[in-house]
Amino acid sequence: MSGVMTSAAEAAGGPTPVRPRMRAGTAYAWHRVLARGAVTRWLARAIERSPAATRGFTSAERVSKEHLFGCRMCGQCALPATGYACPMTCPKELRNGPCGGVGGDGRCEVHPEMRCVWVEAHERAEQAGRADDLARLQRPVDQRCRGESSWLNHWQGRDECMWTEPVRPDREGVQPRSLLGRELGLTPVGPR
Amino acid sequence: MSALREALAAGRFAVTAEIGPPRGADPTVITRKAEHLRGWVDAANVTDNQGAHVRMSSLGGSVLALRAGVEPVMQVTCRDRNRLALQSDLLSAAALGVPNVLLLTGDHPRYGDHPDGKPVFDLDGVQLVWTARTMRDERRLLSGRELTAPPSWTVGTVENPFAPPVGFRARRLLKKAVAGAEFVQTQFVFDVPRFAAFMSEVRDLGIPERCAVIAGVGPLRSVRVLEHVRDNVPGTHVPDALARRLRGVPPARVAEEGVTACVETIQAVREIPGVAGVHVMAFGFEHGIPDILTRSGLGRADRSQADHTEGAVPTTVLPGGAHRAG
Repeated sequence: MSGVMTSAAEAAGGPTPVRPRMRAGTAYAWHRVLARGAVTRWLARAIERSPAATRGFTSAERVSKEHLFGCRMCGQCALPATGYACPMTCPKELRNGPCGGVGGDGRCEVHPEMRCVWVEAHERAEQAGRADDLARLQRPVDQRCRGESSWLNHWQGRDECMWTEPVRPDREGVQPRSLLGRELGLTPVGPR
Repeated sequence: MSALREALAAGRFAVTAEIGPPRGADPTVITRKAEHLRGWVDAANVTDNQGAHVRMSSLGGSVLALRAGVEPVMQVTCRDRNRLALQSDLLSAAALGVPNVLLLTGDHPRYGDHPDGKPVFDLDGVQLVWTARTMRDERRLLSGRELTAPPSWTVGTVENPFAPPVGFRARRLLKKAVAGAEFVQTQFVFDVPRFAAFMSEVRDLGIPERCAVIAGVGPLRSVRVLEHVRDNVPGTHVPDALARRLRGVPPARVAEEGVTACVETIQAVREIPGVAGVHVMAFGFEHGIPDILTRSGLGRADRSQADHTEGAVPTTVLPGGAHRAG
């Protein structure tokens, strides 16, 4: 479950479920402190003016989030919508919920020695009163963002429209907004 | 036009089955399996490298099934293809006349016959359903580029009511329904009371009005198969009572008892409100499906009669179908 173990498992083939080391409530509280606003946007702009500062900030994010959540630096963090259990540590990198292969006791189908990260996410989201978040439709990952800082992308507003509002049990047949890539808001920045 | 969509839109209890393509290039394997099913089912799934074992592709198998007179449901998983290949295969399917697609995440290659392969999972099952609906209804690719001619398939998906987190499964199906799934086939139902509890949640969420629920069933014809399904088919739940029942009969009668249990399950799920059909998965026992259906009251004669008596009562509203409300 440690960062070391994650790396070893990755060498053996892809993402492995990670049990977060921070309570969901604490993580939500931190998110509120660091929420997007005038100050954080100014900070992100200032950091991104310098490639060295961007690299430094991104490295700090990588180290801390890898330790806490097994972060794999997808660059478009889903943690605030998944009870702060990282869906990119699912061996299938599922962003919309668990696969059908979860064992009866909540074991991961691919790594039975680990707990399914979505079982973890569901439990944490429920405990934090955020179960509705799991009913959001998550748009496909923009693979170009891998390795980027999610915080900088978030503060700069580049991760808007990553997910929809929670889908509701209405009978009106309301369709979600289009899935189209141009609406993702994740237009990658490319070399800065 | 998809006969499966027609059956569901008309509120006729639908029957689907499964055709596993061969590990080889012999087309007659598909033809033979199709012959057992022709006239008995509304459509048959053609699996996509099932269990992460390489077989003839589901597109090839679907076209062969079509030629053999069985309407295919082409399964497409996210395991082996990225979003480019998924979309182009879906377009090919439409061009070749495949009327239904079943979109799912897929088993991980780790326990297949090529564990050394690269798992793709560029999209997940929900996103693939969303993509297909975007292609059909908005006539666009994921990139936003317009399609010259839109496809018209019926979009299906899968759900496992029995896998944890059980409290989230109906919600997850709602996500798929909102993303565009018009029908869903479930994992094997061996535990009818648990399935009924799931269906109660599904009805509360208003899912059957937009996505027809087809219950997965199948005969466990030996204790070996029972143990294999329980231990090796991801996410299945075989209740102890069923295991005891099969172990309790003499070895020569286990197969018969397994079929009887399957028939009873079909009759039981048929009584659950919101269940629109059954999906019979028979593990190489395709030739036995007509018998199972006949004993369940879903034989050819029963169903053509039902057409006359119940045909006009739509219980399921399918987007894009003739009975779309509003």
